[in-house]
Amino acid sequence: MSTPEAGASGYARSGEGPAIPDTARQALILSRYQLRDYLRSRRFVLMVAIVVFIGAILSLVLAKYNGAGLSSSSDAFYGTLWGGGVYVVIVFAGIIFGGDAIAGEFQNKTGYFLMGLPVKRTSVYAGKFIAATAASVVCVLLYLGILLGNGFYYLGAGAALSGALFESFAIAMLYLLALMGAVFLFSSLFKNSLYAVLVVAILFLFGFSIIDELLQGLVHIEPWFIIDYARQVIGYPFLTTLPPHTSTGMFGITTYNPTYAEGLAIMGGYFLLTAFGGLALFEREEFT
Amino acid sequence: MSPSLEARGLTRRFGSFTALDNLNLNIQGSKCVGFLGPNGAGKTTTLKMFTDLIFPTSGEALINGHSVRADRKRALASCGDLIESPEIYPSLTPREALELVGAVRGMSAPDIRSRTDTVLHEVKMADWADSKVGRFSKGMKQRVNIAAALLSDPEVVMLDEPSTGLDPRGMAEVRSIIRELKRENRLIFMSSHILSEVIDVCDEVALVDHGKLLFYDTLANVNARLGKGATSVDLAFVRPVSDADVASRIVNLPGVTGVSRVDPQRLTAMVTGGPEAQSQVLEQLVASKLGLLSFQPSRSALEEVYMREISQGDS
Repeated sequence: MSTPEAGASGYARSGEGPAIPDTARQALILSRYQLRDYLRSRRFVLMVAIVVFIGAILSLVLAKYNGAGLSSSSDAFYGTLWGGGVYVVIVFAGIIFGGDAIAGEFQNKTGYFLMGLPVKRTSVYAGKFIAATAASVVCVLLYLGILLGNGFYYLGAGAALSGALFESFAIAMLYLLALMGAVFLFSSLFKNSLYAVLVVAILFLFGFSIIDELLQGLVHIEPWFIIDYARQVIGYPFLTTLPPHTSTGMFGITTYNPTYAEGLAIMGGYFLLTAFGGLALFEREEFT
Repeated sequence: MSPSLEARGLTRRFGSFTALDNLNLNIQGSKCVGFLGPNGAGKTTTLKMFTDLIFPTSGEALINGHSVRADRKRALASCGDLIESPEIYPSLTPREALELVGAVRGMSAPDIRSRTDTVLHEVKMADWADSKVGRFSKGMKQRVNIAAALLSDPEVVMLDEPSTGLDPRGMAEVRSIIRELKRENRLIFMSSHILSEVIDVCDEVALVDHGKLLFYDTLANVNARLGKGATSVDLAFVRPVSDADVASRIVNLPGVTGVSRVDPQRLTAMVTGGPEAQSQVLEQLVASKLGLLSFQPSRSALEEVYMREISQGDS
């Protein structure tokens, strides 16, 4: 019998076969198909139903109370309905599209289909990130469309489109990126989709809010490291005067409000740290 | 140029458990190599390290000379693989899933279309090309996975128990596909614990157990090695063979060490001496005018080597 030996290695298939696309191009290819999967999925139908439900309730309340006292100015209208509510849509979208994005690759074994291809994990991660963000943007745009429809009705065509709304939309997109980064970090941390979705939902629906309140109320420190704290700036474009950075209320409790720059920096920082942190975890995870 | 797979001191430990222990294996050329071993032997661990799904504790896996860890894109560029029955995004159709694979591999759109039609036809999924994968049975998904592995017409094909989850007809079809895959300039490396599957389609066999390579050789050599022992041969005749004929004209043939009766027209003979001796026994049986209908050496050679090597490893 022959003895298997580690002899001379094989040789490269230089110049043969198609050129493998670069990492960025592969990420875009993967994101296109992943987005297609999202847009056809039940989770997308669920998310659209949530947005339509929220929009329908808002529209009914506005109709019942003839604008609910918000039709005096576009800032008041959008400041309340968009600035105060879009984060709910973003959080739900982040959980639904991003919660199991990475964990599901391990648990559902879809990762085995992709990871045997000549593709870097960076491309897979980035492709899924882009797709989850794009699917979320579609839902945010649907919510925006519902609000704009109401805006045209109650404010008139002249006031329905405001610069503040577009400014706020841009900030909301940064918040979405920050949230998606955090969601992908947790999704990379777990190989179980259920755990990933549960942790993300608990943290973003009320966990961070509770921590925020506790830090301000009990420990009296500015919670600049909590993403929830930064989300207030989504509503700032609609305010004539920004809230003071610190204010002392009843019982001497100090309340903190992020400055514009601080809020944007927190969101940007969250996005960079969590998105790349999640990527670093995904690069090291094994399909055992 | 010929395709190659090479493991250099490939080792993987999970805590105190060694799943693969210093595997050195160099496979070059166009052939089909069966990677055999019982459950937990280290087969899938090896294939996962060859596709960078898990990472070696030490050592290196190379495909066509490229290190999978250091240069996975080049290493996997000419490799199609099927590891652990992957799931495909359920909302995609087989055609879309293969488009995705082709696009990621850098294939042109016309190539993707043409190869998609070809491979879906090969795996008998052409009629479901535009149905959503989420509605498919496990066997249908496995066929699409095989199609995805073959899409780019790769030089190296790695298959991890490809007939897993398939019904007997599906298993036979997969074997048929693998046989058709064997062509010039293609190396097929297939893990399995189904010996008949390996015998059916493979040219060479590597046996692992407890994370160690026990042997790597051609099937012909495995059979010859067993030739030192006895091979069981199934004999069928067109008419009943009497006990007297068995005693006088079969048992006494050179190389035959024993004969047992299955039914009046079928016997099992034990033949020593390997393929040469079997050939001589066959010639003499034909010459004896007993009405020999078939002479089928039992495909147990590999099975016997397998059992012997595995039990030696256990002791």
